Parts: sequence; C-alpha cells; structure tokens
Amino acid sequence: MGFHPNYIVAGPCARLKGMAETKPAARKLPSVPVATWAPVVLVAWLIPGGGHFYLKRTGRGMMLAAAITITFLFGVMMRGAMFEPMRGDLLTTIIYYGGFVADMASGVLYMLTVWLGYSQPEIAGHVHDYGTKFLVAAGLMNVLAMVDAFEIVSGRKS
Amino acid sequence: MPKLSLSHFEAALLFALLTSVVLGVVTKKTDKERLSYGLRSFGYFVGVLFGLAWLMYLGHG
Repeated sequence: MGFHPNYIVAGPCARLKGMAETKPAARKLPSVPVATWAPVVLVAWLIPGGGHFYLKRTGRGMMLAAAITITFLFGVMMRGAMFEPMRGDLLTTIIYYGGFVADMASGVLYMLTVWLGYSQPEIAGHVHDYGTKFLVAAGLMNVLAMVDAFEIVSGRKS
Repeated sequence: MPKLSLSHFEAALLFALLTSVVLGVVTKKTDKERLSYGLRSFGYFVGVLFGLAWLMYLGHG
C-alpha cells in the first residue's frame, strides 16, 4: 500500500487544518482610553457635527450639522410634539421613553427649544405628525454622527 | 418661528433627502463612495415612497 509522501508527513487532516489557518484571524482593535473618546462623543452629542469639527473633519461636520439642524428646525416649524417619559402598557412605555431619548439626542437644539418654552400638545394632522417624526429623526441622525465620531477617534475610520 | 405646512409627498421627500445626506456622510470611507451611497439611498427612499403610494391607492380600490 503506497501513500503519497506528503500525505504521510502532513497527515489526513492537514488540508482541513491548512484551510482553517488561511482564514484571516479576527483582528482585535486596540481599546481607546475613555478620556480620549468621551470628550469627542460629548461634543458630538451637544453640537450636531461638533465631534467632526473637533477632529478636524470640517467638511463632513458641516454637512452633518446642516442636515441635522435643518431636520430639527423643520420639525419645530411643523409644530411636532416633543416626547416626555410616560409609563403605560409596554408599547406606550417604549414609544414615549424611546421618543424622549431620541429627542434629547439632538443635544443643544433640544435644550434650547425646551428652555425657550416650546411646548406642543399632540394634535391630529399629518403635518404635526411629520413634525414629531422629524424631531425624533434629527436626534437619531445625531446618534449616527456620534458613532461616526467615535469610530474616527478610535482609529476604525479616517 | 413660522409655521410650515407641507403635503405628505413634500414632507417625505424632504425627510428622504436629509436622511440620505447623513447616511452618506457617516456610512462610507471615501467621498466618492459617500456621494454614491447618498444618491442610492435617496433613490431607494423615493422608490419605496412611490411604491407604497401606489399600493395604498390600489388597496383603497
């Protein structure tokens, strides 16, 4: 009975092992100290696009600032309602708490609007409804901007 | 602050435009990819907008 010399040396599982070895190993990214990324994320939350300005990504920062601010202002001009935390059944709790967090994610835009006394009760009508969605969407867009700023400061993105 | 009144179509189109800008900026790595992704995203939004509009129109009979 004759075996190919390579077969005897490497053994029957050599091909499978070789396949496993050729797979790229999961690249572990170095962790970034909290003191490095926290100020960037905080600025990105407070000022839409601010994280990108802080990291000298001016062009992208301006586009984010413009898009998020315009979305928020359209929401206010359409007299959208701001969510406030409210408990009820599960769906009500999720919607109102989620909406509140998303509204707050707009940072200084939200704070200024509330401090200046903006208070819009929920009323029927598609324009008001779109306004409420625009206000929430502005906050969620800012969350995306914060994540992007974090990825830049942690070296995962340029 | 002036009060604004938009139709469903105008509001949805505006939403699509602004969201596409943000998605384009944060998603890709080069400017060319960002522009391409933003435009594609806007196209998908508009496509779904018209698709749903026709679906509702036909659904109402």
